[in-house]
Amino acid sequence: MRLGTRFSAYLQVAPLTLVFVGFLVFPLLAIVVVSFWDYTAYTMVPTFVLTNYRDVLLSSVTYTAYVNTFKYAGFTWFFTLTIGFTVAYFLAFHVRTFIWQLILFLICTVPFLTSNIIRMISWVPFLRRHGIFNSTLQAMGLISEPLEFLLFSDFAMVLAFVHLYTLFMVIPIFNSMMRIDRSLLAAAADCGASDGQVLRDVIIPLSKPGMAIGSIFVVTLVMGDFITVRLMSGGQSASVGLMMMNQIALLQYPAAAANAVILLIVTLLIVMAMVRIVDIRKEL
Amino acid sequence: MMDKGRRPGSFYVLGAFFAVFVLFLYGPLSAIILLSFQGPSGGLTLPMNGVSIYWFTALFAQQRVGDFWGAFQRSLFLATLVTLLTVALSLLAGLAFRKRFRGATALFYLAVASLIVPSILISLGIGLMFNILGWETAWYSSALGAHLTWTLPFGLLIMFAVFNRFNPAYEEAARDLGASGWQTIMGVVVPIIAPSLIGIALFGFTLSYDEFGRTLLTAGVYNSLPLEIYGMTTNITSPALYALGTLTTGFSFGVIAIFLAVSLTLRKRGHLPFERGATAAGSPA
Repeated sequence: MRLGTRFSAYLQVAPLTLVFVGFLVFPLLAIVVVSFWDYTAYTMVPTFVLTNYRDVLLSSVTYTAYVNTFKYAGFTWFFTLTIGFTVAYFLAFHVRTFIWQLILFLICTVPFLTSNIIRMISWVPFLRRHGIFNSTLQAMGLISEPLEFLLFSDFAMVLAFVHLYTLFMVIPIFNSMMRIDRSLLAAAADCGASDGQVLRDVIIPLSKPGMAIGSIFVVTLVMGDFITVRLMSGGQSASVGLMMMNQIALLQYPAAAANAVILLIVTLLIVMAMVRIVDIRKEL
Repeated sequence: MMDKGRRPGSFYVLGAFFAVFVLFLYGPLSAIILLSFQGPSGGLTLPMNGVSIYWFTALFAQQRVGDFWGAFQRSLFLATLVTLLTVALSLLAGLAFRKRFRGATALFYLAVASLIVPSILISLGIGLMFNILGWETAWYSSALGAHLTWTLPFGLLIMFAVFNRFNPAYEEAARDLGASGWQTIMGVVVPIIAPSLIGIALFGFTLSYDEFGRTLLTAGVYNSLPLEIYGMTTNITSPALYALGTLTTGFSFGVIAIFLAVSLTLRKRGHLPFERGATAAGSPA
């Protein structure tokens, strides 16, 4: 019987394992292998060279791209965390009935299930030179000339990132908050803690796992992004993902692969630093 | 919990913040939906120039856009495949993870890795792998696998959340009454967790239907809908683009509504109370 149970567990888990091995492990291995290959204008040459890594690591373009990408990730992380925490806090502690929590939660979730590209495009009418923001500000007399930096700028990009990814913060933080024993809050209040102290000394420490999970989502999504950067910056900003896409467009796959390996290492280092804060599996 | 008397002042401040957040989420989307119903002389921003469905008809005139219908059908079919596989594979794996088996931890980390590896790397890696093996990439093979690396971790994490809250007494009762393993799963476990399975299906469908990064280098000759839309963003500079956004968003809303309705019906039919754990069970992390 015990042997049978274990055997059935392997059978049940086999298809999932096959998908991950076939479409995650092998492809990543393929990237590592190809990153040591050489290339000509149209083809890849299977060999072993370090030139791709040398080109990547010695190029100032790489460092500019990483500095830019870290900057976007940092700003996006800050805004999504602040907004996400506030929204989750409101839902978890100020909305009193479960049915309303569910309804408001669904309202936040629905846009996340629609097309990211369309959600980016939807900022165009607002941010254009004669768009809704500028005309509103002009009508209010706050500015005389339209603001030029709205569309196709770093501002537009971070705005789009925050718009796309805040929900990745709201869900895990809300989840953490819902697991906080409400009697802890009552106890803190009975001992004379103010609302601010309860927030700082009870709720925030107990919500940290949720914040860490949300941060991992948001930072890794921004680190690997190229489409938002391309659409919202109008091609004027360089990010790591965009740099890789340009090499792919030029069929320089080994160069792109070397970049990919470095991006993977950087991303994993960031995630490992964040995981130290939290045991993800306990949070489910 | 229901009534603790007067609400504190902070409730109204936070409530206002929440309202602004919802406006931030839906405002831009509403603007393009509104703008897509302009007259033929309409531009890319407010004010509206007349009201018509001109830009929707323009969208279906062949010369304006590429293969919109073909791309839509492919994406629909692909998303359906991804949905079915995600539900089946996540359920099976979720059942396996309730027992102890060798490699469980490694597999769990593989699933987490699948979530955090940037989509462009999955796309590039699968593209290179197919290239090395001499296989042609296609939406029904390489892109299908690429999408599964994104939807399966969500499915698995939801299954973990579900089974962490699952009361094994139901299964024991079924077994005591003489049900076989298969009967217990299909007759007891699946009906109880059906609403969560619908949640996994919804995630699987919408994540696949809207996926761009993982499809880019794996779709092969024929575009999926997001790729087609991306192509249009660079070619079309008229409200036809907004009409396209309105259509696809409307479709997504329709899909979400159907899944929610099914989930609610299942809950009612099973006489299952709304549990507190239910929200967490429907969340991806």
